Amino acid sequence: MDWTLTPGVTTYAADIDRLYYLILVITGIAFVVVEVALIWFLIQYRGRPGRRAHYTHGSIRAEIVWTSVPAVVVVMIGVLSGGVWNHIRGRDSIPPDALPVAVAAKQFEWNVTYAGVDGQLGSDDDFTLRNELRVPTERPVVVHLTAEDVIHSFFVPDFRVKQDAVPGMNILVWFQVIEPGEYPLACAELCGLGHYRMEARVVALQPDEYDRWVAEQSNQNVASR
Amino acid sequence: MAHAHAAMRPPAQAEPGAGVYTEKLGMWVFLGSEVMFFTALIGSYIILRFAHPVAWATPGQILNVPVTAVNTFLLICSSVTMVKAFAAIQEGDQRMLRFWLAATVIIGATFVSVQVFEYLQLAREGFLPSGYVPGSHLAESAETGAAYEGGAPLPHSVGLYGSTFYTMTGFHGFHVTMGVVCLTFVTVKAFRGGYTVQDHRGVEVIGLYWHFVDLVWIILFTIVYLI
Amino acid sequence: MATTAATFDQVSHANVDTRSFLRKYVFSTDHKTIGIQFLILSLFFLAVGGLLAMMMRWQLGFPGQAMPGGGVLPDTMAPGGILLPEFYNALVSMHGTFMVFFAIMPLLVGVFANFLIPLKIGAPDMAFPRLNMASFWIAVPAGLLMMAGFFVEGGAAGAGWTMYVPLSADPEYSGVSAGQTLWCMSIAVLGLSSILGSTNYITTIINLRAPGMGWFRMPLSIWALFITAILTVLAIPILSGAAIMLLFDQTLGTHFFLPAEGGQPLLWQHLFWFFGHPEVYILILPAMGMVSDVIANGSRKPIFGYHSMVFAIMAIGFLGWIVWGHHMFQSGMNPTLGMSFMISTLLIAVPSAIKTFNWLGTMWRGNIRFHVPMLHAIAFVAMFVIGGLSGVFMASTPVDIYIHDTYFIVAHIHYVLFGGSLFAIFAGIVFWYPKMFGRMMSESWGKVHFFLTFVFYNLTFFPMHQLGLGGHMRRIYDPTEYEFLQPLQGMNQFISISAFLLFATQIIFAANFILSWFRGKKVSENPWEDTGLEWTTPSPAPHGNWPTTPTVYQAPYEFSHPQEQTKDFVMQTDKLPTTSPAGGPADR
Repeated sequence: MDWTLTPGVTTYAADIDRLYYLILVITGIAFVVVEVALIWFLIQYRGRPGRRAHYTHGSIRAEIVWTSVPAVVVVMIGVLSGGVWNHIRGRDSIPPDALPVAVAAKQFEWNVTYAGVDGQLGSDDDFTLRNELRVPTERPVVVHLTAEDVIHSFFVPDFRVKQDAVPGMNILVWFQVIEPGEYPLACAELCGLGHYRMEARVVALQPDEYDRWVAEQSNQNVASR
Repeated sequence: MAHAHAAMRPPAQAEPGAGVYTEKLGMWVFLGSEVMFFTALIGSYIILRFAHPVAWATPGQILNVPVTAVNTFLLICSSVTMVKAFAAIQEGDQRMLRFWLAATVIIGATFVSVQVFEYLQLAREGFLPSGYVPGSHLAESAETGAAYEGGAPLPHSVGLYGSTFYTMTGFHGFHVTMGVVCLTFVTVKAFRGGYTVQDHRGVEVIGLYWHFVDLVWIILFTIVYLI
Repeated sequence: MATTAATFDQVSHANVDTRSFLRKYVFSTDHKTIGIQFLILSLFFLAVGGLLAMMMRWQLGFPGQAMPGGGVLPDTMAPGGILLPEFYNALVSMHGTFMVFFAIMPLLVGVFANFLIPLKIGAPDMAFPRLNMASFWIAVPAGLLMMAGFFVEGGAAGAGWTMYVPLSADPEYSGVSAGQTLWCMSIAVLGLSSILGSTNYITTIINLRAPGMGWFRMPLSIWALFITAILTVLAIPILSGAAIMLLFDQTLGTHFFLPAEGGQPLLWQHLFWFFGHPEVYILILPAMGMVSDVIANGSRKPIFGYHSMVFAIMAIGFLGWIVWGHHMFQSGMNPTLGMSFMISTLLIAVPSAIKTFNWLGTMWRGNIRFHVPMLHAIAFVAMFVIGGLSGVFMASTPVDIYIHDTYFIVAHIHYVLFGGSLFAIFAGIVFWYPKMFGRMMSESWGKVHFFLTFVFYNLTFFPMHQLGLGGHMRRIYDPTEYEFLQPLQGMNQFISISAFLLFATQIIFAANFILSWFRGKKVSENPWEDTGLEWTTPSPAPHGNWPTTPTVYQAPYEFSHPQEQTKDFVMQTDKLPTTSPAGGPADR
């Protein structure tokens, strides 16, 4: 059973993974302690003729210990998690210079609208592609996530990104990719018949390659009008 | 209440429980569940309205406040008659018990009838749970954006208004109807002399339900019709 | 015969039973009969839920291949035995729905609340026996309505047991229309059954305890059922309201949840999970209560930390109301709310930890008997720990970003619901079977069933943690469509095969259950040498339970009391030299 994660490729993936491993260690220790104690007791205190159980109703001291230790541990996990959560989803977490890209989820595809050369969504040089999200590395990107019909979920496992796309809402999701490459995008919320085949690909390019590609697509778009 | 407690206490051989007799305790618990049910409906209404206030018409524009105000008064009267019925049997007055119970049933049934009439009226004007009926009087007025009956123009669409209005008042009306049915059974039993000074638990318990239904209506009338 | 309120004199005539067949076995107001009726109904639905899961696992393990026996299914579901995506979505949704609402919940509450409460507190029946009967007979049409979904055009509901809107509200999106409507109707009807039942349980426990059965002399199974009933009475109406609003969106054109005219999809989620989280505690608390009873019995020791256990049950019941947002961390809900829900969610781990340590404390220095109920109760502790610990990962909002809606969640659910609740249910059925039917289930076949179930269960569900960590999403018809999931397909197959073996093993339980009814060893009052009140009356317990009201002198788990040397247990009705009269301050 492999508890390790394939490393993520965004700036905050390592923070998430670190939390995961911390929790893994803590729960792993708790698991071993409890299960070993359980098995030990079952063997040591198995019923035998002539034996009698030890009559006691409990121990206040024990209660205090095993109430406060778990409480302290979980609060600690909460505090550490809170910091990371605030960094990823907090009110001012979206970097001001993030490159906008609009992702519209619908049954059963992802329509990605790029800001074009001017970097502004909703302007004339925007262009739309189906099932292909291209992003630059070394730069924050903010996805404007919408859904046309039902709830979908924008899930890029390698980015450690997941956000439900809700009809009637425009939700912002940001990330910054470190490693260029091709990564799968999956829908992670049951959305109907084609939920199982709502795959797209995310392509992360070096910044200059990305800019070149945007310019190309933009010109093609303008030219074809 | 100084009279007739013998039958109200829990059975002699039991641990001290709630201090109220079992049927009453059961009704309180059940009413707790009803509070949660109406909380879901009313809570949703509040959330939807705060987020999207444009879907609501000015009070009185679409709904008939005067008629419903009278209806509200009637329902409150029925709580009074219910109290009087309970007081009567506490004194052992069988005649007045029957009178006041019958009065409660009649007023309760009237309330429901008036509501049904109101629903039919609204439907005719073109206001349904889904909002305006296309092509109706209300829909056309809303489309023109003109002042409606001398007041503000109607909202462009009233989908949320219709949804919440009919659901909240409809379920309340359903609960009143169930109450009227149960009250009828109680009244029939009263006419057969089924309640005594010593034991009239059924009267008190249905009374609790009836007052609850009245209280919910006062809340609904305020937030649905007046605000 | 039975009045609206049970008084000891009116109902208790355990020696004379003049009821007709219909009144005795079909339209019975006897809580024990009603409990057994719920048992038969829920075991049936447990089998249905299991069957649905087998079909799901076939498709997941062997996507696109014809299922053995699939030829019997109509072409709308599986042409040529190959499951269609729409049928798969229905399977997923209905498996969850049947298991949660028609199997686990009625097994824990409908069966054991009904059967145990009056017996364990010394009452002749429930406070409202006729209402109790109504509660069962309302659940039956609810079950039929839910089953009907498979037989209507468009098939059964297919938006998950969580029925997120808009998928569940608009047939244009799901392809399912009548099926989703039937779901809503069924849930509303079942809700009424639950509310009436729980009203009964609460009233009975408060008002009908026998003399000497003070609050802190009640067994933990009863405390757990009491808190569960309070949760039910307050949470189920929320679901009823939500289901009705969804029903209206589906049929009347209302706009509660559909965004076109200002409705909010997230409102459904808030309502559903505000109910849904207390619901999962409804699904685990009675199990914890019964496990406490069985572990004390098996260890021949009082429960360690009885008062802490009671307060832990209350804490879980209370905290359960303020954690619902942890199902919605990635939903688009305000992230600040995510922070507060994370804290409350992490905190609720604490009372569960307290209970786990107290169970261990009970076994510590015990004199353990490994009877079949004890085996299941021990497995409960071992598996619930895994389920609870996996919950810590998802409580952390950033980690949840990765594992939400993956098989890691599925693993968690099944460790707490199967590893937890279902093992406790097995323990409870075997333990109280003699009191229900007057006979014992076969001990040896019980052990075979236990060991095989335990092994296949872990082989089925433990690897799901790894699937989830690999990014495997939930509710997908064909995992091989995604290239990044293809390396995990071998594990899917392994899980499926383990699941088939797990399901097949349950035949042993079913056979044991049915055959023992006719051929099991007959027993007298107290075959498990237990301390509870139910073991002071014959097996099976007669109508009215006791000829006269019992009097309680002892705390609930007085095993191995030093003052009682001839046997290793003191019943709650036994007197000891140091016992104060009933009602005294001694050990309240």
